[in-house]
Amino acid sequence: MIPFDFEYYKPTSVQLAVKWFHFLQKKGKNPLYFAGGTEIITWARQNSIHPGAVVDLKSIPECNAMEMRNDKLIIGACVTLSALSAANSFPLLSETAQGIADQTARNQITLGGNICGNIYYRESVLPLLLANSRIVIAGMNGIREASIRDIFLRHLRLGNGEFLVKTITDRSYLSLPFVHYKKRQIGNVGYPLVTVAAFKKDSQIHTAYSGVCSFPFRSAQIDRELNDSSIPLSDRIVQAIDYLPAPLLNNAEGSAPYRKFVLKQTMADAVHTLESR
Amino acid sequence: MSSLDSAKYPVEFEVNGEKQTIRVRAADILLYTLRDNLGLTGSKSGCDNGDCGACTILVEGFPIKSCLMLTVEVDGKQMTTIEGLRNSPVQNAFVKNQAFQCGYCTPGFIVNCEGLRNKLPHADKETIRVWLESNICRCTSYEEIRNAVKDVFSLEK
Ligand SMILES: Cc1cc2nc3c(=O)[nH]c(=O)nc-3n(C[C@H](O)[C@H](O)[C@H](O)COP(=O)(O)OP(=O)(O)OC[C@H]3O[C@@H](n4cnc5c(N)ncnc54)[C@H](O)[C@@H]3O)c2cc1C
Ligand code: FES
Ligand code: FES
Repeated sequence: MIPFDFEYYKPTSVQLAVKWFHFLQKKGKNPLYFAGGTEIITWARQNSIHPGAVVDLKSIPECNAMEMRNDKLIIGACVTLSALSAANSFPLLSETAQGIADQTARNQITLGGNICGNIYYRESVLPLLLANSRIVIAGMNGIREASIRDIFLRHLRLGNGEFLVKTITDRSYLSLPFVHYKKRQIGNVGYPLVTVAAFKKDSQIHTAYSGVCSFPFRSAQIDRELNDSSIPLSDRIVQAIDYLPAPLLNNAEGSAPYRKFVLKQTMADAVHTLESR
Repeated sequence: MSSLDSAKYPVEFEVNGEKQTIRVRAADILLYTLRDNLGLTGSKSGCDNGDCGACTILVEGFPIKSCLMLTVEVDGKQMTTIEGLRNSPVQNAFVKNQAFQCGYCTPGFIVNCEGLRNKLPHADKETIRVWLESNICRCTSYEEIRNAVKDVFSLEK
């Protein structure tokens, strides 16, 4: 049971969502945008968040779009992970999404909720970081578009009252050779020790990581080291790890030294596989 | 705005073919509305956290963990709970294969399997494996559950 009350609003347009959110904020309701609800419900039940109102985005048509238009793949923020995997328009994203939670939970978890959530892992952002996807954001000043690489810095840098409407990915990124490895402590369901998503474009390998630090990331320096074919792969990996953007995660899923061991092995598998393609 | 400032929200839905109109708090969780308000106690609470699948129901035909859904979210929707699957082919296959011990997880497994049968009637073994990973059986009846599901999909054991 959620031990407090909140109000529930279900706007049917982007403009109404923004307007109501601001109105609720002005009334001191501490509103939250609500998508799959899996994180909000869990955290509210545990009494660790206390929204006075939630604004459910699932009835907004733009947030449910999934289509190819002018050589761009558009995926709305409220498309569920199971729906985008089933459509399989972006195989690396489908495979990454398939590794998150379990099939039933993926019927609820949305792309936008996973990217904008507060847990460390947020794995579905990895393919979008690799593909330099653009994202459409709505706020009181209207709609703006940005490169996800510019505004996903540890977390999605949204302004006050803004929400993610959809993602846009260029067709040229959709069918590149890729690998996706998710290493867990045990079994096929659960948070990652290390997730590596990578693809090869113009003979260069591009990599992105979740579970390694307390946020998902990609790093130009790490990619530069991994692509330096003048030295053995094991040395490249040692150098690449020097560029981790934050300390290795150390929690119940795995200790920092164990994560480092798994990361090295997974990087080697990724580079080795993609070099031969 | 299409909602109320008051604590109770009217919600209308169909569950197991029956129309229901009730008033709930926006913060009410679907699993407990089904169990406590509607007396549909077949859906179980195992973890309340999305991990175990004991609370699985079908919403518009899709398996959903009802411990992770607000009741206000199912306004206008169709739901099926284990009570709606009496004497269904999936239930019969579970009985025939004795695919349970204590039975606590069984409603969730049966509902999930029914969802798979509706959405992907020709599911292969790999798809079945992926879907069944959403449910946990603490009594470890997995072998018998697999056999029941293979019966449902007419697959070789
Ligand atoms: C059993 C289980 C296992 C899981 N395992 C993993 C895993 O291994 N890896 C992983 O990455 N995730 C995993 N998750 C998912 C993760 O923990 C979150 O529950 C999920 O990503 C939240 O998505 P949602 O759509 O339900 O978001 P919600 O709960 O609706 O929202 C989450 C947050 O994002 C904000 N938000 C939502 N949508 C938007 C938007 N469009 N614009 C702006 N802000 C928005 C909300 O305000 C809220 O703060 C798992 C979840 C479960 C239940
Ligand atoms: S009670 Fe819902 S998944 Fe465990
Ligand atoms: S039969 Fe007891 S939990 Fe599955």
